[in-house]
Amino acid sequence: MEKQLFTVTVFSENQVGLLNQISIIYTRRCLNIESLSVSPSSIEGIHKFTITTWSDRVTMEKVVKQIEKRIDVLKSFLYTDDEIVYQEIALYKVPTEQLLNETNLEAIIRRHNARILEITKEYTVIEKSGHSDETEALFEELKHYDIRQFVRSGRVAITKSPEEYVTMFLEEQARRAEEIN
Amino acid sequence: MAEKITGAEALIKSLIAEGVDLVFGYPGGAIIPVYDKLYDYTDQLKHILVRHEQGATHAAQGYARVTGRPGVVIVTSGPAATNVITGLSDALMDSTPLVVITGQVASSFLGSDAFQETDVVGITQPITKWAVQIRRAEDIPAAVARAFYIANTGRPGPVVLDIAKDAQVGMLEWEHKKCDFIRSYIPYPKINEQDLQTVANLINSAKRPMILSGHGVMISGAEKALAAVAEKGNIPVAATLLGLSTMPSNHPLYKGMLGMHGNIGPNINTNRSDVLIAIGMRFDDRVTGDVSKYAPQAKIIHIDIDSSEFDKNVKTDATIHGDAREVLEKLLPLINEADHSEWLETFDKCAKVEYEKVIEREVYRTDGPITMGEVVNKVSTATGDRAVLVTDVGQNQMFSSRYFRYTEPKSILTSGGLGTMGFGLPASIGAKMGAPERTVCFFTGDGGLQMTIQELGTIMEYGTEVKIILLNNNYLGNVRQWQELFFNSRFSQTPMVNPDFVAIANAYGIAAETVNSREQLDDAIARMLNHKGAYLLNVIIDYTDMIFPMTPAGAAVDNIMLNATEKYPLD
Ligand SMILES: Cc1ncc(C[n+]2csc(CCOP(=O)(O)OP(=O)(O)O)c2C)c(N)n1
Ligand SMILES: [Mg+2]
Repeated sequence: MEKQLFTVTVFSENQVGLLNQISIIYTRRCLNIESLSVSPSSIEGIHKFTITTWSDRVTMEKVVKQIEKRIDVLKSFLYTDDEIVYQEIALYKVPTEQLLNETNLEAIIRRHNARILEITKEYTVIEKSGHSDETEALFEELKHYDIRQFVRSGRVAITKSPEEYVTMFLEEQARRAEEIN
Repeated sequence: MAEKITGAEALIKSLIAEGVDLVFGYPGGAIIPVYDKLYDYTDQLKHILVRHEQGATHAAQGYARVTGRPGVVIVTSGPAATNVITGLSDALMDSTPLVVITGQVASSFLGSDAFQETDVVGITQPITKWAVQIRRAEDIPAAVARAFYIANTGRPGPVVLDIAKDAQVGMLEWEHKKCDFIRSYIPYPKINEQDLQTVANLINSAKRPMILSGHGVMISGAEKALAAVAEKGNIPVAATLLGLSTMPSNHPLYKGMLGMHGNIGPNINTNRSDVLIAIGMRFDDRVTGDVSKYAPQAKIIHIDIDSSEFDKNVKTDATIHGDAREVLEKLLPLINEADHSEWLETFDKCAKVEYEKVIEREVYRTDGPITMGEVVNKVSTATGDRAVLVTDVGQNQMFSSRYFRYTEPKSILTSGGLGTMGFGLPASIGAKMGAPERTVCFFTGDGGLQMTIQELGTIMEYGTEVKIILLNNNYLGNVRQWQELFFNSRFSQTPMVNPDFVAIANAYGIAAETVNSREQLDDAIARMLNHKGAYLLNVIIDYTDMIFPMTPAGAAVDNIMLNATEKYPLD
């Protein structure tokens, strides 16, 4: 089956050891995590993981089910790029001296919609957010200026769907809790 | 304000509040505070001192599987915690509820490579349903309640509570509230009516349906509902290894066991069926063989409480997510009465060949050395087919599960998913303790018995009446069989020099005898069963005996060897 980039989002209780539980599900199936980001979600007490992987749909559907099976995971979803709005951020550290010699620097920064975060005598830190091909393109261009450090964040993503499934799930569970008590 | 007690005492009180009256365990430094308090509660909480922590887990599994309640294990940190790994993994594979409590070094020492510190949660997360570390005494009651709820609801499984020593000695106001809800966990999903209807339609239109009954049927207590559905629709039933005894062996619709060493009828007919109804089973590769050649003509219906099993190994055509019993009860009125007599007869044809080519010479031999099959058959008959069968792993497992007959539910205890040699002896101890009114017959091999043989000490100490039938071929027989069939009879490291098992049993105060010839067998079995107390029957078996029929690993289910040279169907 053809491989493509999938984004998995996971909503979980804020428990120690969850990252381990999720990552071993990937490891066991020899799946490389391409990028990962973890942060509190918009819902208090709930953490959100965003994980990208090159794989096929059949495999990824199984992975999502295995993730959801973990007790402290509330919900997990599988997306392709067309179903989400996503972004990454990249930082580039370049020797200032090199940039000073560049007459086109302004053009580069403008063209890539990047910004400069810090300038010292020794180095300059440039920031760019975008899709990975975009941050990659700036990387290619800055290569000529002797990039000293480069870092790109994991993907963060928001769904295009009008439905907020996690909120709906939590509401349903709250009703269930009331029924039981 | 309630009086304050220690975390250790809270743990014990919470266990009792969860209905526990028996635990299996072994003490040590990081769990001493718990054992100290246990000393005051022996009237309410009986502790079985095993001889190795692995034994504690398998004993707890045995207990859990005959009672349907979680088995509880208490051990110390470090090496004790690593000794429970095999049992946890086994319990996860075979959906067995366990609550395993491990002591842990004090929380200030965590991460410092302290004496007997091991990362229990990290190690056990992949092989448990849930694992958590407790670092504060006041968290103990809620964690225990949660552990029991998780272990024994939905698809059961093992849970680990790793309790730091300071949490055991810290003080808290104890109050135990049972857990009946976890927001992120839905153990019993609401059954979808549409799915029921879709499945009923598929079943009603089937010409050659077959039910595949798995462990889930047993766990949910769906045996009666299963029989009702099968009888109404005249649908043949086959069982997985762990699904054995979900339908009595002598039920006219029961057609035998699936899998590598299962019966010919169910395996052949898997590939002839037009609708397979899989209930509480997970299409293990030992059942499916080559999945690409599995059930090519069939629409596959999968009923399971764990939706992650759907489409995991085999692509389904319809699913019902829910508890087996509830689903079957709801399905019953939707199913039409039907007559599949022609289809049912095809099983009998297969059974006839199997009898002539395999069973007759295995079970009813009159000359030559004793075979495993005849021992199993005789023991089953002598117990009125009512005993609990516990097996170890190997040829002894396959012969005993094939030739034992089952009348009551929950009558087989075997390590299916993990295939753990050494599982049987401790599991049979737990089984007898969980079901003291039943006869427990444990069939084992000379290899597997020696993996947990120290549990004879547990039998000695507690007088556990386990009937041990050692099918002694002086070989790692199952591996030997593969070597003979597929590795040019190069018997690399499978012959074994064995000890005097009777002397060993006797040293533990357990009655024992050796049977060398067919003529001695009946009397010896009678002596064993009539004996008040544990008994070891050391039966000397023909080491060349092989377990058939056999679907070689990775072959299609209908690729069946009848013996080393003949295949089914015969030309
Ligand atoms: C712990 C463990 N180690 C190794 C194996 C591989 N194995 C499967 S069956 C078998 C042979 C078992 O020999 P024995 O207990 O004598 O039983 P027999 O097959 O002879 O009845 C072995 C080594 C296993 N299943 N479990
Ligand atoms: Mg052997």
